[in-house]
Amino acid sequence: MTGLHVEGLTLTAGARRLVHDVTLAAGEGETIGLVGPNGSGKSSLLRAVYRVLRPETGRVLVDGADAWSLSPRRLARTLAAVVQDPPSGIDLTVREVVAMGRTPHKRLLSGDTAEDVALIDAALSSVDAVTLADRLFERLSGGERQRVLIARALAQQPSLLVLDEPTNHLDIRHQLEILTALRRLSATVLVALHDLNLAAYYCDRLYVLRDGGVVASGPPQEVLTARLLAEVYEVSAEVAVHPRTGRPHVTFLPADVPAPDVDR
Amino acid sequence: MTPPATDAESSAAARQGRGTSSRTSFTAVLAVLAVLLVVSLTAGLCLGSVHVPPGQVWGIVTHALGADWSEPTWTRARETIVLDVRGPRVLLGAVTGAGLAVVGTALQALVRNPLAEPYLLGVSSGASLGAVAVIVFGVSVFGAVSLSAAAFTGALGALVLVYAAARTGGRLTSLRLILAGVAVASVLSALLNLLLLTADNGNEARTVLAWTLGGLGGVSWRALWLPGLALLLGIAVLMAQAPHLNLLLSGEEAAATLGLDVARFRARMFVLVSLVTGVLVAAAGPIGFVGLMLPHIVRLLVGGDHRRVLPAAALGGAAFLVLADIAARTVAAPQEIPVGVLTALCGGPFFLWLMRRDARRSAGGAA
Repeated sequence: MTGLHVEGLTLTAGARRLVHDVTLAAGEGETIGLVGPNGSGKSSLLRAVYRVLRPETGRVLVDGADAWSLSPRRLARTLAAVVQDPPSGIDLTVREVVAMGRTPHKRLLSGDTAEDVALIDAALSSVDAVTLADRLFERLSGGERQRVLIARALAQQPSLLVLDEPTNHLDIRHQLEILTALRRLSATVLVALHDLNLAAYYCDRLYVLRDGGVVASGPPQEVLTARLLAEVYEVSAEVAVHPRTGRPHVTFLPADVPAPDVDR
Repeated sequence: MTPPATDAESSAAARQGRGTSSRTSFTAVLAVLAVLLVVSLTAGLCLGSVHVPPGQVWGIVTHALGADWSEPTWTRARETIVLDVRGPRVLLGAVTGAGLAVVGTALQALVRNPLAEPYLLGVSSGASLGAVAVIVFGVSVFGAVSLSAAAFTGALGALVLVYAAARTGGRLTSLRLILAGVAVASVLSALLNLLLLTADNGNEARTVLAWTLGGLGGVSWRALWLPGLALLLGIAVLMAQAPHLNLLLSGEEAAATLGLDVARFRARMFVLVSLVTGVLVAAAGPIGFVGLMLPHIVRLLVGGDHRRVLPAAALGGAAFLVLADIAARTVAAPQEIPVGVLTALCGGPFFLWLMRRDARRSAGGAA
């Protein structure tokens, strides 16, 4: 069994229920998007997948193995994550930060091999960060840092890549570039995204979360409907198939936009 | 764009995983620090109530080490001063300085806080209390080792207590950590004072009180092997674990996704840090701020990679404490100032500068 399988996952923090009975599957090579309003449990779900938040009940299977039965090191060879909490005070160069991605594959005390260097270079170039290699991570802009952290995850050579809002802080060009690069990977990708149009364009399937539960899942054109958006996000929106991309395109309608003559 | 590098340069850069010329070469920094250490060790042997010229010091030292190329032209008294009085003292200073700097480096990574160091986190107070309890109650089952063992126990207890207190109910912020450290340290030193005041032997209390200010005086060769071993163990283990310390720089969750079992790693390193601190405190008393200042100064020179910070901090810390001890015994001669008082005089302002810098960073770095 390859890919990611989340089965009946319930997560709690004290008395608070973060995620309730979520089942989710991502086949090998699929790009799966997690969408939903703030506080809907996206980050908690991802944290359980990358083995930081221990499930109350349910399981997380990565390539068929229970993530919590593996050592962190074993898991880190197949799963890489770009987490949300942005680090600060890292007095390292960009290349050194990306080189951390090789750690789970290496023994302590062994230096970087030629293969490591090649993988680090490749990771840097796939996020358009080759020119940043010798800069200090600390001195980068938020968007540059995000790209470097994605490069570090790529240097881990994961078969499953988990990303929590990777396009935060990025300008539009780099949002598109990063997501394109992610889709080109042979890895399975599970990504939480704020922007529904990006999610619709780049993801094979979407899971919509609300209050810690999955309320809809499937291909973007099936999931993203005006009715669902009204229910989950409590806003009115128009969903049309974009003539150029062939994907659903969401336009949010603020309350003061006059209703059209035809029936909404 | 960077200018094209020569083949030798670029392959060396690739091997080290860094190709920057903006930072001073690591080897050069190590060499300078090593020279500084040798110079300060020599000065430490030369200076004092009786001045022994450097040439003679080297003669005495090399002769004692078995080299025959210098004819003894010195008196036995001078040999005794250099080898038996100043020798162990200077070496203990070097060992303690190196150990504290290395331990401070590790603590800053482990609790992810630039203000961490054994003294400020109450670890040294815990070690002092343990050691003093052994002295006052006179339980010395294993001789010199029992002092260190008690100091280690006290250090570990204090560290666990401070960490748990700072961590409960939320994120580990600088403020909570330092407050917890201050609180635990003051409780521990109150207990220590209580022990001293109720001790039967008043003279003993005075000796112990002098020791709690941190000092290297009156050391014999016998007192050196335990701190020396602790230092070697600490450096060896931390160097081996340096890549894992690096992972912690990017946050606990990120470190976990990069394969580190954070809780277990931190627990093990806490034990190691307490062991080294405990043994050093048992030998030299609680000496503050070395573990705070040296890692930061060294990072400015070699960057944040622990594979480079640790050896540089060890050399720098050794040289620093030897120099501080020279000042401690010469500035107000014949009166001797406890070296811990001097390091605190340098360290306090440094701490304030560091706080300001971090405030600026977090204000400006959030862009």
